[in-house]
Amino acid sequence: MKETAIDIQNLTKKFEDVTAVDNLNIGIEKGELFGLLGPNGAGKTTTIKMLCGLLEPTNGSATVGGHDVRKEQTEVKELIGVCPQDTAVYPHLTGRENIEFFGNLHAMPKKKLRENTNRLLEKLSLTQDADRRLSKYSGGMKRRINLIIALVHDPEVAFLDEPTVAMDPQSRHAVWDFIRELKKQGKTIILTTHYMEEAEELCDRVGIIDHGKLIALGSPKNLKDKFKAKDLEEVFIQLTGRKIREEI
Amino acid sequence: MNLQRVSALVKKDIKKTVRDPAVLFMIFLFPVVFVLAFGASFGGIGGGQPVTYQVGVVNMDQAGSSQQWSQVFIDALSNTKILNTQVYTDNQTAQYDLTQGKIQAVMLVPDAFSESLTSYQTVPNDPSKWVNTSIPLYLDKGSIIATQAIPPIIQQVLTVIINQNQQMSPNPVHLETASLVEVKKLTAFDFMVPGMFTFASIFLIMMVSGSFTEDRENGTLRRIRITPTSPTEFMTSQVLSNMVIALVQAFLVFLMAYLMGFRPNADILVYLFAFFMVLIFSLSNIGFGLITATIAKTPGAATGISFIFLLPQLFLGTFVGASLSTSAQIAGRFVPSYYVTDALTSLLLRGAAITSPLVMLDIAIVSMFSIAILVIGVILYAKYFRI
Repeated sequence: MKETAIDIQNLTKKFEDVTAVDNLNIGIEKGELFGLLGPNGAGKTTTIKMLCGLLEPTNGSATVGGHDVRKEQTEVKELIGVCPQDTAVYPHLTGRENIEFFGNLHAMPKKKLRENTNRLLEKLSLTQDADRRLSKYSGGMKRRINLIIALVHDPEVAFLDEPTVAMDPQSRHAVWDFIRELKKQGKTIILTTHYMEEAEELCDRVGIIDHGKLIALGSPKNLKDKFKAKDLEEVFIQLTGRKIREEI
Repeated sequence: MNLQRVSALVKKDIKKTVRDPAVLFMIFLFPVVFVLAFGASFGGIGGGQPVTYQVGVVNMDQAGSSQQWSQVFIDALSNTKILNTQVYTDNQTAQYDLTQGKIQAVMLVPDAFSESLTSYQTVPNDPSKWVNTSIPLYLDKGSIIATQAIPPIIQQVLTVIINQNQQMSPNPVHLETASLVEVKKLTAFDFMVPGMFTFASIFLIMMVSGSFTEDRENGTLRRIRITPTSPTEFMTSQVLSNMVIALVQAFLVFLMAYLMGFRPNADILVYLFAFFMVLIFSLSNIGFGLITATIAKTPGAATGISFIFLLPQLFLGTFVGASLSTSAQIAGRFVPSYYVTDALTSLLLRGAAITSPLVMLDIAIVSMFSIAILVIGVILYAKYFRI
């Protein structure tokens, strides 16, 4: 039996009258690439924020690498890497400086940090632009730096929140290849997306969330078979009566 | 505390500062241009010719047959070369000339002046036997420089006379005592320089609040919170990086003032102490910056709101303050910049020692103000926006 990387039990988050995440129960195995699917506002990002300690759950519990996200935040932060949905970088620093800055916040040894930075820049085709300031980057390039920052310290668990949003098809496929490689390295990856083809392409299992509730859980193939659907988009339509991307 | 994290945060903040043209101008270029402009306007350029102020003196001293201390005092004032005394027989005429701009100040020597100094000379160590008097001084409110320059000169001459008495009794008064007063070499610009150190540092409020709101808006503060960086490491780095910026600012102001002819009679320890004072003061500006960032939702709002804290410090606590109304000058006692300017003026212009009670009191008050404001800033920011 595989080791559990993330265990979510009855996780709930309320903002006054609005329930953003409603009694969520999910177990994610170590080395699994898990997709959290749903339309905008479904509760995907709120779930990730609770798992990485940015938001306090209203109810329920969650562990990452066996550490309670409420009580052992420092231990959790040492294990995780988070690629936020909105690009969060310093425009006055260069690409390399941004990456090395966040690597230093994880107290990485200098040599290892330099090696990882160069390797990831190479992997995402940013070596030539590494020493330019972020303010001169295109949107897609900033998003790739955003992703590298999340992974430079070699985290055991990576939360990738809509990592390919607003990317051109070429960059998107490059990122997909990169994510596949991370999985091969044995990392646990939680990928949130509202691109159904992205989830089908990459994920071992997916959890479909709507209005904060988990409405389906399984591998893309199993879900398609179960609902006799040609893709996950159709699964979502059958479950909710509407298209997932209508609400974007 | 992990030094690698603190060092990374400090370096990032300094790079951010020097690479943002708007911040760079506000923090570094503005003080340089400011000192240059004031230096050129108030005597720094062109040899720094000393200015002369006309002071009307109404001598009401009734010394009788005893020592005429008031005359010694008036002569000593004239010998400073910076004050040109004009004796009036009545206050009304002197006040009229003051309102007409013919003189910049009117000083009333009280009737018990000689009696007061004599009583001091007789029993210098028994204050209960002293005859206390005060010297009313009326200043031309239209002249910033006069209001800033005249009171410390008169105070210093008075101090020199009193100290000389104490040391050289029974024949204490010599005209040469005036030569002990260094003010004769000072220009109007020199009197403004201590306030310029303070003036420059105050703009940290705008920079800190802008930086916090900008980082909050673009998500980088949240991203730092996802790393193992502790709130203590983060705040330490903020304090350190802004102190470095304050130090560079103070150095630039000093360098520019020096190039404009500012040559205070002070040793290296006094300079180091002056820079230390500016560093302590920068803590209060970081605190005000955090309070501003707590209130402001956007960087633009932060710039506007920062003026709430910035303007009182500028007007009440720098070289501008002396030309304001009495009530505004009393209000100045409630802003930390007032004490920094006062201490720097004492150290650099009045020749006070670092250990003098006035300077020690000033630094104690600035330290208390600064720590309290910084703590309030950190608590407020942490309460509404987790660090």
